[in-house]
Amino acid sequence: MTLTIGEAAPEFELPDTEGAMWASRDSAPATVVVFTCNHCPYALAWHDRIAQAARDYADQGVRFLAINSNDAERYPRDSYEAMRQRVAAEDWPMPYLHDATQEVARTYEAEKTPHLFVLDAESRLRYAGAPDADYDDPALRAQWLRDALDAVLAGVEPARPQTRAVGCSIKWKP
Amino acid sequence: MRTPDVEVLWWDGCPSTERALDELGAVLRELGLVDAQVRMREITTDADAERVGFLGSPTILIDGRDIAPAASNDTAALSCRVYRRRDGRISPTPDPEDLKDVLRRAAAQEVS
Repeated sequence: MTLTIGEAAPEFELPDTEGAMWASRDSAPATVVVFTCNHCPYALAWHDRIAQAARDYADQGVRFLAINSNDAERYPRDSYEAMRQRVAAEDWPMPYLHDATQEVARTYEAEKTPHLFVLDAESRLRYAGAPDADYDDPALRAQWLRDALDAVLAGVEPARPQTRAVGCSIKWKP
Repeated sequence: MRTPDVEVLWWDGCPSTERALDELGAVLRELGLVDAQVRMREITTDADAERVGFLGSPTILIDGRDIAPAASNDTAALSCRVYRRRDGRISPTPDPEDLKDVLRRAAAQEVS
């Protein structure tokens, strides 16, 4: 990864599943950008933990933006329509954005689903990696993400600014 | 008790293979199927996936049969496979108890 901790994160504007546009730049004290998708078991296994973190930090103004960048031609379960259906069927505490051109995933150098990026109030990257140490252990509660958010909200550097993202590869277009 | 044929179809782009092999090995040992040879078949292209009906990595075949039924929206693709554990959690590897049931049945079948 060459997007380094402390560096200004790339700005973007993407549509959610209702067509509303969301910009990365915001007045939130912290923003969590989550590259995820519908078809990957790792993204699905971690989804509830990430969603619960979004709910738990909402009253502190933290903003979560989930992004699907996968090639829907080869992976139809990651199509925009499939995203819409999933959000309609589930209780999502964050917008699910469609990166149809894959440009945002490229500029963030996202590699996996899930792959998390925590930005501070100035949109500087403060954490990148996995939600926690094991997709198979819900008791971990996305602790690495929570630790990073607690540090950013306290105005200090996260003790663990980077971890290895674990999951399915982003499905790039040919 | 016969030794079932065990084959694992895998794709290099998915990190689930090692854990699946660990869990499969543990189940084989627990059932006393120590003579079972786990054959590995790498799936490398979309065309390969389509041809063999590869629903994601890992796919485990016991006596040529997939241990997990295909979901209605499963399609052949180079991807990680989605399994559901017995407690309802989604997982990249099959529930070891499901593996155990399938292997136990296969081992108990009479040789024709």
